Amino acid sequence: MESDKIEKLLEKYFEATATVAEEETLRTYFSQESVATHLEQYAPMFQYFSNAKKERFTKQVPLKPKRNYFKWASVAAVAVLLVGLYINRPPMVDSSDPWEGQYTEAEIESAKEALAMLGMNFQKGTEQLYHLEEFQKTTNKFLIKE
Amino acid sequence: MQQSEFLNVVMPFKDKLYRLAKRLLVSTEEAEDATQEILLKLWSKKKLMESYNNVEAFAMTMTKNFCLDRLKSKQAGNLKLVHSNYAEDNSGLQKQLEAKDSVDWVQKIMEELPEQQKLVLQLRDVEEYDYDEIAQMLDMQPTAVRVALSRARKTVREKLVQKHRYGIG
Repeated sequence: MESDKIEKLLEKYFEATATVAEEETLRTYFSQESVATHLEQYAPMFQYFSNAKKERFTKQVPLKPKRNYFKWASVAAVAVLLVGLYINRPPMVDSSDPWEGQYTEAEIESAKEALAMLGMNFQKGTEQLYHLEEFQKTTNKFLIKE
Repeated sequence: MQQSEFLNVVMPFKDKLYRLAKRLLVSTEEAEDATQEILLKLWSKKKLMESYNNVEAFAMTMTKNFCLDRLKSKQAGNLKLVHSNYAEDNSGLQKQLEAKDSVDWVQKIMEELPEQQKLVLQLRDVEEYDYDEIAQMLDMQPTAVRVALSRARKTVREKLVQKHRYGIG
């Protein structure tokens, strides 16, 4: 290969107008042993590019067939839950009031009365507490004055 | 798409992805992680892959964007400059060592280039893509690709000559 032809190709190369084939010619020229002395300075470039091409990706990539296990697992879990609830279902009571029929009318009345009395007594207790508050006020006056 | 089919599609260009990632991220480990990430992303999108007309160009663009994002992100602070190509080799002749040295220089010079020029140079001179393909991958005008490439090559030449002279003088 004549060096003037290579020089022309180099010129095109640096202007980025060379074709892939022409660049390939340059690369093969510079990969050989006998390079014209005045062109030797370009050799490292092309040698580097040829070397760089040899680098390989060696790491293994873990490609798992991605299945939607979770989706189906959730469906299964819901199904199991529903079956479980169905089996352990408490026996149905016909009427809405579970206490009905267990106590007589009179018993309920007395219970109501007792609860009312309890309520009234609570009310009294609360009223007593107002006096306490009054006491607090006077104490406060005391403290502020001092 | 089955795993074997996917591998058939991806295998031919996975090294290219890796080399591109390494060009941008410098560190071997980072580049490996990035490539793995890209391949996994492609795998998760395998159903869409048939609709892409050029999977390779798409993957290259993905890699480019991923690496640039990575460089911009906070984690880039942890990126180390690792010159893994250094191998102690005392047995060779002086001339061989010198030649290897200047080949290594090219790598260092390329590291100093702006990202776009780095990309263009990598895609053209290492991977030998057409200008149109590069333009498509980098989302640039073909003329802009040529300009960037010309600049990158000239910079490499200039710096190489500089270092050469420095070594002699």
